[in-house]
Amino acid sequence: MATNTQIPVEVPVDDRRVPVIAPGHTFSTITEKISNIVLTRPISLGWILGFLIVFGMMNMLMLALGYLFIKGTGIWGINIPIGWGFAIVNFVWWIGIGHAGTLISAILALLRQTWRNSINRFAEAMTLFAVACAGIFPLAHTGRPWLAYWLFPYPNTMRYWPNFRSPLVWDVFAVSTYLTISLVFWFVGLIPDLATLRDRAEKPWLQRTYGLLAMGWRGSAKHWHRYETAYLLLAGLATPLVLSVHTVVSFDFAVGIVPGWHTTIFPPYFVAGAIYSGFAMVLCLAIPIRAIYKLEDFITMRHLETSAKVMLATGLIVAYGYGMEAFMGWYSGNQFDSFLLWNRLHGPYRLFYAALLACNIFIPQVLWLKKFRVSTGWLWIISFVVLVGMWLERFIIIVVSLSRDFVTSSWGQYYPTRWDWMTFFGTIGLFLTGMWLFVRVLPMISIFELRTLLPESHVHEAPEVKQ
Amino acid sequence: MSDLGIYSPIPDSPVYGLMAEFDSAQALLDAAHKTHEAGYQKMDAYSPFPIEGLAEAIGFHKNRVALVVLIGALTGGISAFALQYWVAVITYPTNIGGRPYLSWPSFIIVTFELTILFGGISSAVGMIALNGLPMPYHPVFNVAEFAKASENKFFLVVESADPKYDAAATRAFLKGLTPRMIAEVPS
Repeated sequence: MATNTQIPVEVPVDDRRVPVIAPGHTFSTITEKISNIVLTRPISLGWILGFLIVFGMMNMLMLALGYLFIKGTGIWGINIPIGWGFAIVNFVWWIGIGHAGTLISAILALLRQTWRNSINRFAEAMTLFAVACAGIFPLAHTGRPWLAYWLFPYPNTMRYWPNFRSPLVWDVFAVSTYLTISLVFWFVGLIPDLATLRDRAEKPWLQRTYGLLAMGWRGSAKHWHRYETAYLLLAGLATPLVLSVHTVVSFDFAVGIVPGWHTTIFPPYFVAGAIYSGFAMVLCLAIPIRAIYKLEDFITMRHLETSAKVMLATGLIVAYGYGMEAFMGWYSGNQFDSFLLWNRLHGPYRLFYAALLACNIFIPQVLWLKKFRVSTGWLWIISFVVLVGMWLERFIIIVVSLSRDFVTSSWGQYYPTRWDWMTFFGTIGLFLTGMWLFVRVLPMISIFELRTLLPESHVHEAPEVKQ
Repeated sequence: MSDLGIYSPIPDSPVYGLMAEFDSAQALLDAAHKTHEAGYQKMDAYSPFPIEGLAEAIGFHKNRVALVVLIGALTGGISAFALQYWVAVITYPTNIGGRPYLSWPSFIIVTFELTILFGGISSAVGMIALNGLPMPYHPVFNVAEFAKASENKFFLVVESADPKYDAAATRAFLKGLTPRMIAEVPS
């Protein structure tokens, strides 16, 4: 049987690490604990208050976008020479955050890292909402978003076709594929759990809703057989996809000739940065969620510590990227490249660059110490710092490079307006609203995959019946 | 594919089959092996999570999902490249920085993305369709205990459509597998 994606590995007894699932659980307790969050847990005052805040932030986004559609992109701080501004900074930041979800669900599935089973569901949800936030920015940035469908190739009366040699067209395909495949992957993973919710729900309308979504899943052995093949193939397809999406995003820059953009290191360095910020977001969400919903049995310190190690590793790749950029600025002997380096260190945005180095390179080094990796408080703070740092990285790449072009007459400064800020914080509201609703309507941890982590799920073939 | 869902003929007899409930994955796997060895063909096993070897135990060895995905992925890749070729070379040739019309390296990305997109969608749609889903109603749901099939119980069903099926003999055979309970599944 070659198609088992959720191979239950033996939980090593003498392992000094914390187990991926706390001892003493059975199929029933896992099912009950996770599905009851959705089915029976009453809505608390805290949830409502929090929801009002994030929903308010989302409405701020609606306001900012509504005004943008009336007035045009002139309400933003972008202008020549800095035409990309916040819109593209936030786009790249959000897309990057989404990457951790796909990495956890696809790459770690192929690598048979069973600890992922407890965090893949909400990481995938995080991906979906992050990509939705990301998609808003280039759409709004086109200036006339109602014509954005012009980006797609379709027969039209203008007898016009997109230019497939343009990285911006590649982006359209990369991001829309990424969103679609993330959605498909997430939904396929949900089907067996939706059946569980259908069977456990008591209210008829809930039974019907989950029943419709579960499509009549009944856990047949033949169904599982096809399911596992499909899931494995989806993981196999999503793995190159997740590596390609930020590569394509980095082509938006690397294919251009602007100093600071035109470098071959961009694809790997963008992908590493994406996973770095993605894991930071996973930790920022997982730490409060596991505390509020008492999920310490399933999201153990092992998960948090491993995520911290992934952050540390990808952070070092990012640091190598910064180092190489600086080295090439000096080694190339190109006056524009060396000026870029000088400008980052001493120019008008030097404080941003210093903050970037602190947030992305220096502060996360404390993760070498176990003390910080096993403290949820510290881990949350460091993850938050990394998120800020990765946002600054995109700001530096876009704004600093565009503000100091080849010709001094085309130099300029960038000042974001209140609409820029409202749009940015508004998308955070959209993201959190999505997460807020998600944890209450769908199982935030994959129930059936957690069952496979229990020793009772392991079977052995009876030798006498082998043919 | 014997179970293409809603289109598969419902047996004439009002009984869909006999259902046996087991406590553990191992018990179900052993029972499935024995039932298949005893010569039953039309049977299925139900579990709350995938069990290694269970599909093989009931005589289901190969599925066609991988083939569907291969066809989908190739369709996506070929049509993406063909579209770009047709646009860039035949119907709307434009000179971009002096590049040849067939500047194929620039077409790799869209080709790659659509390969993944079509492959991914066909894996999900193919799996769902081959499983005969969506199919909200199925005879096994008529047994109340079956609600636990998505939680912690394991079921084996021998269909009445099986040539070897005999209400009394099959029940006796299933009893010999020491299940927790045996129930008739009304169709």
